[in-house]
Amino acid sequence: MLRRSMLFMPGNNPGMLQTAEVFGSDSIILDLEDAVSLGEKDAARILIKGALKTFNYGTTEVVIRINPFSTPYALEDIDVMARLKPNAILLPKATPEDMKKLDEMLTKIEKEEGFEEGSIRIHALVETTYGVETVYETIKMSSRVDSVCLGGEDLAADLGVARTKDSEELFYARTKVVNACKALKIDAIDTPFTDTNDEAGLLADTIHAKKLGFTGKLSINPRQINTIHKVYSPTADEISWANRVMYAKDEAEKEGLGVFSLDGKMIDAPIITRAMNTLNTARVIGLIK
Amino acid sequence: MKILKPAKAGTLESNDISIMLMPGNNGIEIELESIVEKQFGAEIRTLIENTLKELGVEDVMVKAIDKGALDYTIKARIETAVTRAGEM
Repeated sequence: MLRRSMLFMPGNNPGMLQTAEVFGSDSIILDLEDAVSLGEKDAARILIKGALKTFNYGTTEVVIRINPFSTPYALEDIDVMARLKPNAILLPKATPEDMKKLDEMLTKIEKEEGFEEGSIRIHALVETTYGVETVYETIKMSSRVDSVCLGGEDLAADLGVARTKDSEELFYARTKVVNACKALKIDAIDTPFTDTNDEAGLLADTIHAKKLGFTGKLSINPRQINTIHKVYSPTADEISWANRVMYAKDEAEKEGLGVFSLDGKMIDAPIITRAMNTLNTARVIGLIK
Repeated sequence: MKILKPAKAGTLESNDISIMLMPGNNGIEIELESIVEKQFGAEIRTLIENTLKELGVEDVMVKAIDKGALDYTIKARIETAVTRAGEM
């Protein structure tokens, strides 16, 4: 599934829950954690339960961010939310130990509810220094993990440094998360850009993260979705290049050539894979048939 | 299900409804203010009453201030308030 954008929505806000799909993000994250005050956790669970039973969010991935295991809320969050069969749970402050606990709880609930085993997926929100250092083990702990999302604000606090506009302080974490995700063939989702009024800054930050290997970006405001999609959607030039690569590949195969060139550059298996991925993404988002 | 103590749920923001429950002795009594009172007042009262009955509440005084909540929100806020007001 395509996850260019994953948009946070406060779990205790009825207006946001009923319009969650209209902003066009690939995933929506209904939040029980930071966006819900301590005294309203019960209300948010009940409201999300009602929303999921009422609205059809179509092809948008529905993800629930639970509270961390270090709080008194996590167990009830999982017990109530998993029985609603969301597409996925977002595990905050993810570690290998907490991933194991969450996976075991989901397996138990799936059995009790008669859901297919493994059908509730997990996204791991890595936002601590320990989480960064153990990210590979965290992903390996459960076959349910579809992505790692990077949480830059909490991570900077754990590092004891300030967040900066160019996110220099996150460079190690970003590359480590991307490498672990690529090694295990799952999505790597970048930290949100928190200045919602700075569109140019968001664009630059998203382009930079894409260059590092991220496949999508968390979002804290619906206004950010178009910019993120613009970066993570193939351009007309990229689609044209991919089509030419595939055409040249077909021609080379007819001539029995293993390696061939296009515009003076050698085309081999990794380039062909990149071209195929570009065309596949373009198809999924309807840019080509 | 008995309402043991006063309890509130919901907010006064748009698309929400503020619900206050208080112990009562005369069945389900509802006081409603709504921005859509003329169009949907009767339906909202019926929904509140039916939701309370489904939760097993027989005696309660309800003060509701509606800011255009959909049914799912009204039901959720009632359920939250009932949970906070006593044992489910």
